[in-house]
Amino acid sequence: MRLVVLPVQNRELVIIGGGPAGLSAAVEARRLGIKDVLVIDRESEPGGILKQCIHTGFGLHVFKEELTGPEYAERFIEQAENLGVEIMLNTMVIELTADRRIVAVNSREGLIEIQAKAVILAMGCRERTRGAINIPGFRPAGIFTAGTAQRFVNIEGYMPGREIVILGSGDIGLIMARRLTLEGAKVRCVVEIMPYSNGLTRNIVQCLEDYGIPLLLKHTVVNIHGRKRVEGVTIAEVDDDMKPIMETAKFVPCDTLLLSVGLIPENELSRLADIEIDEVTGGPVVNQRMETSVPGIFACGNVLHVHDLVDYVTQEAVSAARGAASYLADGGKKYKHIPVSPGNGLRYVLPQRINVDAMPEERQNFFMRSVRPMAKARLFVESERGVIKSSVLRYVKPSEMISIQLDRDEMRGIKMLNFSLREEGDSVERGE
Amino acid sequence: MSAANEERTVTCIVCPSGCRIKVGIEGSEIVRISGNQCKRGADYARAEVTQPMRVLTTTVRLEDGRLLPVKTASPIPKVLLFDAVKELSGVRVKAPVKIGQVIYSNVAGTGVDVVTTRSWN
Repeated sequence: MRLVVLPVQNRELVIIGGGPAGLSAAVEARRLGIKDVLVIDRESEPGGILKQCIHTGFGLHVFKEELTGPEYAERFIEQAENLGVEIMLNTMVIELTADRRIVAVNSREGLIEIQAKAVILAMGCRERTRGAINIPGFRPAGIFTAGTAQRFVNIEGYMPGREIVILGSGDIGLIMARRLTLEGAKVRCVVEIMPYSNGLTRNIVQCLEDYGIPLLLKHTVVNIHGRKRVEGVTIAEVDDDMKPIMETAKFVPCDTLLLSVGLIPENELSRLADIEIDEVTGGPVVNQRMETSVPGIFACGNVLHVHDLVDYVTQEAVSAARGAASYLADGGKKYKHIPVSPGNGLRYVLPQRINVDAMPEERQNFFMRSVRPMAKARLFVESERGVIKSSVLRYVKPSEMISIQLDRDEMRGIKMLNFSLREEGDSVERGE
Repeated sequence: MSAANEERTVTCIVCPSGCRIKVGIEGSEIVRISGNQCKRGADYARAEVTQPMRVLTTTVRLEDGRLLPVKTASPIPKVLLFDAVKELSGVRVKAPVKIGQVIYSNVAGTGVDVVTTRSWN
C-alpha cells in the first residue's frame, strides 16, 4: 500500500554509495560520456571509509605513489566535481526494485523516488560484531569493532579506552594497535585464532613489532569480564579444530576490547531487488561487465566482495562503469554466459560467469582468493579443452587478493572456465 | 647502550617474502647480514638496525574542534615518533586548509614538515 504518490525523478545512471567504489565508477561513467550521473551517499561528505583511514598505503597501483586514505578520496572527489557528477549527501537509499526504482530519504526533501536507467551498487561492507562470533560474558561498555574505534579516534576525536586487547589480526585491527599506542593507550596484545595473521606483513612489523605489541596466534578470547565497563578478558590457546584449550586460559586486564574479525558486504538493498547473492563472497553474482543477475544493476567494491587494496576497488569500479555504459548503449540485450568456477585451493573467483564476446574490454580481470597461505603455488586456468594458462605465484595468502587478466583471444569459443591453485615445493626450481 | 656483540632479527617488508634477516653487530659496526634473498633486503635491514625511519600519520585540531588528518612530508626517525605526536597535540589550525598545506615545520627537530592530507572548508 502506498500512502503518498511521489513525483518520480528520471535519471540515467544512479550510483548507490559515495566511497572509493562509487566515486571511481562515477568518474569513469562521466569520462565515457554518460551525461547524467547521480551518486547517493548517506554521510555528510563523500569518501566513505577512506575518510577515517588516515594511515598510508593507498594508491600504489593506481597513482604509483603511497597516499593516505583521505588523500586517495580527495583525488576522486575532485575529479568527480570537475566532471560534473552530482552527489546527493545525507541521503539514505531505503528501497531498490528489480526494475531499478529507488526510494531514498533525507531531511530536506523527505522521500525521494527515482527511476534509473542503470544502477551501480557501491554500498561497501560493514564489520562483524561480537554477536557474529559468540563470545560469552557480560555486556559491558568498552567493546568496539576496530572500525568504530578508528572513527572515534580519527574523526570524532575520542579515545575508546586506555588499556586495550584486540581480537583478530586483520589490517584494521593492526592499524588501530599503532594508532591507539601513538595516542597514549596501552595495547596489551593482539589475539588471532588462526595459526597465521590475516594482516599484511608490513602492518605486523610497523604496527605491532615497532611498538613491542605481542601477536598471539592460535589464541582467542573466551570470556569478557566486567559488568558496567570491561575489566578484562580471558584468553586461551586453541587446538587444531579451533576449540579453546581451557587449561591454557589466562586473565588479561583491560578496559577495552576491539574486534577486528571480518567484514560483511552490505547487500540489504540487493536482496530487496532479488539480486542473486554468492554465498561465499556474500555479494552479488556478476558477469564480465560487473552486472548482477538483474539486468541494468551493476556492483563493484566491497559490496561485491571484501577487498584488501582500494586500488583493486577502483579497477573494479571502472569495469562496472564501462559495463553500465555498454548496457545503456545496447539497451539491455540478452547474452548467454559461461560459468567461471573456483577449483582446488581457491575460495572464490570473480566474475562468476562471463560472455567472452560481450566483454567491454579486450582483457578481462579475474579476482580470487586462496583457501590457505602457500609459499609457492601454480595457478591453472582451464576450459573444457584443457589448460589455457598457468603461472607461478609466490607468497599466496587468503588475505591478499590474487588478480589476473585473460585476453579475449585466450577464451574464444570455450564453454567453461575453472581456476585452481596447486602448492608447489619450494625446493624445485623449474625454468619458465 | 651496550657496545657488546649482538645479533638482531629484522622482518623485511620490501616484498611479500617477509625474510627474517639476521644482522650481526660488533660494537657499533654491522659485521654480518644473513637470511636475506636480495640486496634490497640487506639495505632495509641495515637501515632498520642503524636508523629506522617511518612516515607519521596523525590528526591535529582545527580551531573549531574538527580533526584534521596530517602526515610528515617524509619519513622521520622511528625513535622520534612519540615526541612528534606530543608536539603536534597542542597545534591548532585555522580553517580553511588545502590538502598538502604545511601546518607545522621541523617537527621534533627533524627538519621535516607536517602537511595536511585533506582539505577542510
